[in-house]
Amino acid sequence: MQAAATKEAELIRRIVAGEKELFHELIRPYERMVYLTVLSIVKNETDAEDAAQEAVINAYRHLDSFRAESKFSTWLTTIAINEGRKRLRKAKSAAEESLEEAAEEKEGDYTPAPLTDWREIPLEALERRELREALRRAVASLPEIYKQVFTLRDLENLNTEETAEALGLTAGVVKVRLHRARILLQKQLVPFLKTAAPARKGLFRRAL
Amino acid sequence: MKLNCKHVWEHISEFIDGSVDAQLRAEIERHLEHCEICSAILDSTRNILILTADDRTFELPVGFSERLHERLKKEIEGSEPELKKK
Ligand SMILES: [Zn+2]
Repeated sequence: MQAAATKEAELIRRIVAGEKELFHELIRPYERMVYLTVLSIVKNETDAEDAAQEAVINAYRHLDSFRAESKFSTWLTTIAINEGRKRLRKAKSAAEESLEEAAEEKEGDYTPAPLTDWREIPLEALERRELREALRRAVASLPEIYKQVFTLRDLENLNTEETAEALGLTAGVVKVRLHRARILLQKQLVPFLKTAAPARKGLFRRAL
Repeated sequence: MKLNCKHVWEHISEFIDGSVDAQLRAEIERHLEHCEICSAILDSTRNILILTADDRTFELPVGFSERLHERLKKEIEGSEPELKKK
């Protein structure tokens, strides 16, 4: 990890010093992260690809303003978030946006769904394509504020502090939103988790 | 204090992340030993996170990388000092 970070710092130094084509190499490990970040904000894949390209170009143009005190991945994530939000603002009015935020912040039911037959489900069930597809759809359908936190924390493995920094939130808010996102996904995926198990007689008990 | 299921659910996310304090962790673990419902909820949530982290779940669009680097190439060439001169 430390060696990788040193190599990255060296790459950045060389790019800023003029070896610009090395930026291809610098960005390669982060392509997925940039794309998934903007996808958590904009509405469709075409917009996401466009915004992701724009974010990478922005990062390239402003690389000399990157300061080593923060991690390159966090810096890049912030750029991607800004680009995604810019797109989103174009698509809808600010009034609409704040209405939506208010609606999302309201107290909802964030209790998980019980499933008593989970224990019998083999890990191989996770290999099933339908389950992956269901998870993609469930994440896409999350309210934006939860989707963004979930994407940074659980898809991109940023820690709580990095996520808070990138989204301009407190660590406490990040934790609450992550918790709710995970519970909402658990609830939505329970039916798939149940049917993912091979149907054997007597295996399923009635959920409480 | 004896934990009930609802308490466990409230802390499930932090429990997974290992960010609950030692005492609460011990209490939750004790509860999980005898509560099948909470164990199943914990396992299913954990499995969703495993699936989320699987690269095959959230894939890049086909050709994404090629298109990105093509665009970047143009940008880098366009910003070369000799080309920038007006
Ligand atoms: Zn319980």
